[in-house]
Amino acid sequence: MSRLVPFFGFLLLVALFGFGIWWNAQHDQREVPSPLINKPAPAFVLPKLDDPSQTVSRDNLMGKPYLINVFASWCIACGEEHPVLMTQGKSIGVPIVGYNYKDAPEDAKAWLAKHGNPYDMVIVDQEGRTAIDFGVYGAPESFLVDGKGVIRYKRIGPLTPEAIEKELKPAIAALAKEPAP
Amino acid sequence: MREKPTQRRLRNRALGALLQLGLLLFASTSLAQAIDPLPFKDHAQEVRFQALTRELRCLVCQNENLADSNADLARDLRHEVFDLMQQGKSDDEIKQYLVDRYSDFVLYDPPVKSSTVLLWFGPLAILLAGAVVVVVTIRRRGRAAPVAVTDDKPNDEGDDW
Repeated sequence: MSRLVPFFGFLLLVALFGFGIWWNAQHDQREVPSPLINKPAPAFVLPKLDDPSQTVSRDNLMGKPYLINVFASWCIACGEEHPVLMTQGKSIGVPIVGYNYKDAPEDAKAWLAKHGNPYDMVIVDQEGRTAIDFGVYGAPESFLVDGKGVIRYKRIGPLTPEAIEKELKPAIAALAKEPAP
Repeated sequence: MREKPTQRRLRNRALGALLQLGLLLFASTSLAQAIDPLPFKDHAQEVRFQALTRELRCLVCQNENLADSNADLARDLRHEVFDLMQQGKSDDEIKQYLVDRYSDFVLYDPPVKSSTVLLWFGPLAILLAGAVVVVVTIRRRGRAAPVAVTDDKPNDEGDDW
């Protein structure tokens, strides 16, 4: 019996190794958990893409839930996400605020003109300074902000049809059940 | 006007020395400000900046620190760290500022807390468990086989494994 001990030890190691592979397959190792979930969205004041003389602040948007979608014309994954927003954007039931990240406004305008504009409003953060407050470290990223200005859900990477059905829509449905602010 | 050979030699030597000096200066500054030059108040602040950014992780290329990374966001964050320093923030305050935005992930040195206990002390626990197994095994062998070993190969010094 005691001869089998090393074998059991080996099996244990194999199990640990297998668990490691399984765990890594389930999780995106590059995904940085956001500490901002269930915390108030950072205060921001950013110009609109179509009229830079007008600014939009967090307080302007307070009262109703909305989705912030960080995008840029240089971002390839945003190109993958874009058709999904074009076809399903309206179905999620909250306005989508396009957050143009570290992009030249002309490039962003040309990109939206070419691929279509799924956004209810587009704000510009050319320097990427406010994005640091949001903990943005790439594009695309999406934040669901509730009527009280609290971030409730964050998606890192493109919003896929599955992510919209399984994560975003349930999160929005949960907001609708809460008493209005 | 033609110059004499001695003049030329002298000039060449002077040029060579100047070039060496220039190279030396260039090398030392490029070592000090690895990627982009920032207007530090003094050398001490620069040293502090370098040390701090070396402890912070670049979010984009996750196996690089902020000091070494060429990523766009890393540059932005370096500037952010620099600005916070100018505002007189301490290293801990700057770290906390980034942790509030990017979670503990930005720290190369994870803090000890309930979720990282396994990370910090797991290896030690495994080491101790191994030590216990070794001690138990040795004791058991010492008790079980004191005289049974018949040495028919006295020169075989246990190298058959």
